Amino acid sequence: MFRTEMMDINMGPQHPATHGVLRLKLLLDGETVTDTDVIIGYLHRGVEKLCETKNYHMIEPYTDRLDYVAAMYENLGYVETVEKLMGVKVPERAEYIRVITAELQRIASHLVWLGTHALDIGAMTVFFYCFREREIILDLFEAFCGARLTYNAYRIGGLPWDLPPGWTDRARHFVKIFPERQKEYDTLLTKNRIWLGRTKGVGILRAEDAIDFGVTGPCLRSAGVDYDLRKAHPYSVYDRFQFDVPVTYNCDTYDRYLIRMEEMRQSTRIVEQALDHLPAGEVMAKVPKRIKPPAGEVYHTVEGPRGELGFYIVSQGEDKPYRMRFRSPSFVNLQALPHMIRGSLVADVVAVIGTLDIVLGDVDR
Amino acid sequence: MADTLIRNLAIPLGQILVVLGVVSLVVTYLTLLERKILGFMQLRLAPRRVGPHGILQPIADAVKLLIKEDIVPDKADRLLFTLAPILTIIPAFTALAVIPFSGGGTIDLFGYSIHPWIADVNVGVVFLLAISSLGVYGIMLGGWSSNSKYSMLGSLRSAAQMVSYEVPFGFSIIGVMMLSGTASMVGIVEAQRAAHVWYFVPQFLGLFLFFVSGVAETNRLPFDLPEAESELVAGFHTEYSGMKFALFFLAEYTSMIIIASIATTLFLGGWMRPFPNVEALGWLNLGLDWISPVLPGVFWFATKTFLVLFVYLWLRGTFPRYRYDQLMRLGWFWMIPLSIANVVATGLAVILAR
Repeated sequence: MFRTEMMDINMGPQHPATHGVLRLKLLLDGETVTDTDVIIGYLHRGVEKLCETKNYHMIEPYTDRLDYVAAMYENLGYVETVEKLMGVKVPERAEYIRVITAELQRIASHLVWLGTHALDIGAMTVFFYCFREREIILDLFEAFCGARLTYNAYRIGGLPWDLPPGWTDRARHFVKIFPERQKEYDTLLTKNRIWLGRTKGVGILRAEDAIDFGVTGPCLRSAGVDYDLRKAHPYSVYDRFQFDVPVTYNCDTYDRYLIRMEEMRQSTRIVEQALDHLPAGEVMAKVPKRIKPPAGEVYHTVEGPRGELGFYIVSQGEDKPYRMRFRSPSFVNLQALPHMIRGSLVADVVAVIGTLDIVLGDVDR
Repeated sequence: MADTLIRNLAIPLGQILVVLGVVSLVVTYLTLLERKILGFMQLRLAPRRVGPHGILQPIADAVKLLIKEDIVPDKADRLLFTLAPILTIIPAFTALAVIPFSGGGTIDLFGYSIHPWIADVNVGVVFLLAISSLGVYGIMLGGWSSNSKYSMLGSLRSAAQMVSYEVPFGFSIIGVMMLSGTASMVGIVEAQRAAHVWYFVPQFLGLFLFFVSGVAETNRLPFDLPEAESELVAGFHTEYSGMKFALFFLAEYTSMIIIASIATTLFLGGWMRPFPNVEALGWLNLGLDWISPVLPGVFWFATKTFLVLFVYLWLRGTFPRYRYDQLMRLGWFWMIPLSIANVVATGLAVILAR
């Protein structure tokens, strides 16, 4: 007569903690999650197909809209893929500026992750602190390319413009003050007992599972796998900079927090070195107005803030790609979510979504 | 006859109206204060549009809530859904009856001397404990009658939380009652004057436990699990809108004020100024006693209550939220044993000192 019943509960697509239009169908036993169905597709824009109807220059603004929290990387990945396809040599100065802006973008993206992740777990103040620093980076980007969210900052063969006067000094100022600001987040979270309790041992993703799911980025490195495309398959001029790839072995939410915090420090280091050795000269290679790459196919990856960001282009020698495909880290990482939250509590679900650092634009194309 | 009526009906009624009015006003401004303090901590401006520095914002909010559409979900239990916010607000306001807002004299009005409290009950503390635990009924019924899963999870959490924290909440007060030998709120303040020390010194553990379980009882961060914005959307009041929501809101903030007032009365010397027995520090009354002997008490009571409330808001600006099981573990494994240990230790000290 009396029995307990499983309860279906829909988390999302409108929910404060699903970071966009993600819908999770949770099967709950009390507050314990027994099964999860991840339902995506609410933001489907058909970008891949759209790109096949545009020429190579016209595609670039579309890549901005994929992962709008780290649009600089989408630009970088795309232009480098086309450059690889065409065999274009990008001027040194442009490569350095790309590295500087891309690493600043990594910091900015991680700041959004940290802010929203902390907000999901209830620490409200960190959110505002993170946005204070992100604003500085966005101001730098605005001065560089005129946009604050969808940058369209690079071009195939280099950059449309050089840095504006005084920009490097402002960037230097940022890398000087940022470590101090980062200590504030540390003070609020790293040793906070509640934060430890909410993140340690939560959302375990072991190395073998992570590899099986194809998870990349900080989520993979928290499982002890030292795999960072900047070191593993160096692209651009990354091989000239000194930086470390943080790796931890506890596979939990707290470790992923530590890794991303350390990545912000390492990115600051890279920006500092790149600013120090910024060469003079041109920023744009000779590239025809109407690009017609030779027939063939190419797959190129960059290490985005969320993991391996891949671009696959099939060219038939026309000015439009025959086939365009994006490998987005958020989409792949999201696969691991049901595995990570099985058996944990409702409160852990939001912590795990936060630690995966998904952007729904990057999941639903 | 008339005299009896005035003494037993008109005066208490007047007191009740004054207290309700003042507390309601304080509650609305507490929301502004919270936003201002959080704004200060979080590097943002907080309300600035309505009135100079946004001081009319609470009034604008109240008007907005009053004229908002009052939605009852289709499948909700209409009666309980309407009743729940009222069931939450009544105990919150009732608890104000035994809080002594000042002391040291009476207000003389038309030949009647009026105490600056509504009632001095000889079981004041016990009355408070009894009343304050009733608020959970409203939350429980509100969450359940909404017929929404998020609301129900919120109300279940609330019930479990109340059950766990009611115990240390009660035990933490016993130490004070043992030291003062009374359960009357006025008596406890007077006992602190007689003891030449405020009870937060001998009962620092008691104060700590009282405050932590008080925060849990009022569902405030880091224990705001029944609401848990990022997990349960808004928990037990997800489906509420307009004035019904405002009543929940009002009840939460009134409860905060009550917890702060009880902490002030039991542990921080109530209405007394610092060092009430040192004549030379009379200037701490700021000359208010020239106007009325009650005023300095009101001033110090309000100051101390504000300080406790500030800690409440400070917590909200600093801490993440506990998880449900961690909250229960904290309650049962730490708070309850510690509060019992506090009672035992206080008992031993009282016997040994005798």
